[in-house]
Amino acid sequence: MISREEYFSKRDPIAFPLWQKATIGIAGAGGLGSNIALSLARAGTGTLIIADYDIVTLENLNRQQYTLAQIGKLKVEALAENIHSFNPFINLVLHPVEITPANFNAIFCTADLLIEALDEAEQKEMLISYWASNFPNKHLIAASGLAGFGKNASIHTEHYGFLHIVGDLKSELKPEISPVATRVAVVANMQANLALELIAKAKGN
Amino acid sequence: MAEESVFFVNGNKLPWKEGLVVADALKMMNYTFKMLVIKMNGELIKRENWQTTPIPENADIKVIHLISGG
Repeated sequence: MISREEYFSKRDPIAFPLWQKATIGIAGAGGLGSNIALSLARAGTGTLIIADYDIVTLENLNRQQYTLAQIGKLKVEALAENIHSFNPFINLVLHPVEITPANFNAIFCTADLLIEALDEAEQKEMLISYWASNFPNKHLIAASGLAGFGKNASIHTEHYGFLHIVGDLKSELKPEISPVATRVAVVANMQANLALELIAKAKGN
Repeated sequence: MAEESVFFVNGNKLPWKEGLVVADALKMMNYTFKMLVIKMNGELIKRENWQTTPIPENADIKVIHLISGG
């Protein structure tokens, strides 16, 4: 058995203990959420709360971090399996349910910070609105505008107090065309990267 | 000379007058985004309050366009 000390070697002495204590919520386990979860798990986040009601399908494999063998499984369970295959020292709280105003608080109330990784703009708007009313002093990192490929320089982060938006804020999906793995992963990892920065800052002072 | 009353939407200076509500800011900017969030002076204004929330003079309004994809 690998020990905890062996596993978490060569870590930032100041930031890493803060990430270990942190609980990060991820709303959605698709192209954004699956990439966000893997990176945050590798970085050493203590607890991830992941909510998604969907199952893995063949057409998800163009950008989401699942395998052929996982088709038909609940995404949250497939993601937990993938995370535990490289990090046994993480606490995962899985919610295989649709996020609604009614269950929102119960799912995410223990999160220090929430990352929005949903697909539909309507859902994004709902999530931002509920988080801002229920947890006005906790950070929310959302994504908007990630369709297509290339255009690295157009992807950036806008900050509005506790609300942060990553993306190009303009690229719309074309009908029947999925987001592309590379650009989704860039946005996802910028969201995850900002989450680690905010946690290191908030508790590091 | 009296200074003209103004407010700001995404950094654009607009003329302010008594009686403007948050929904007017979208019209004045010709924004037609379907899904968006509006923050005024740092506070989120819920969709159901756009028609009734007055814009104070010098308000700083941010309109954030939400696009599907994830």
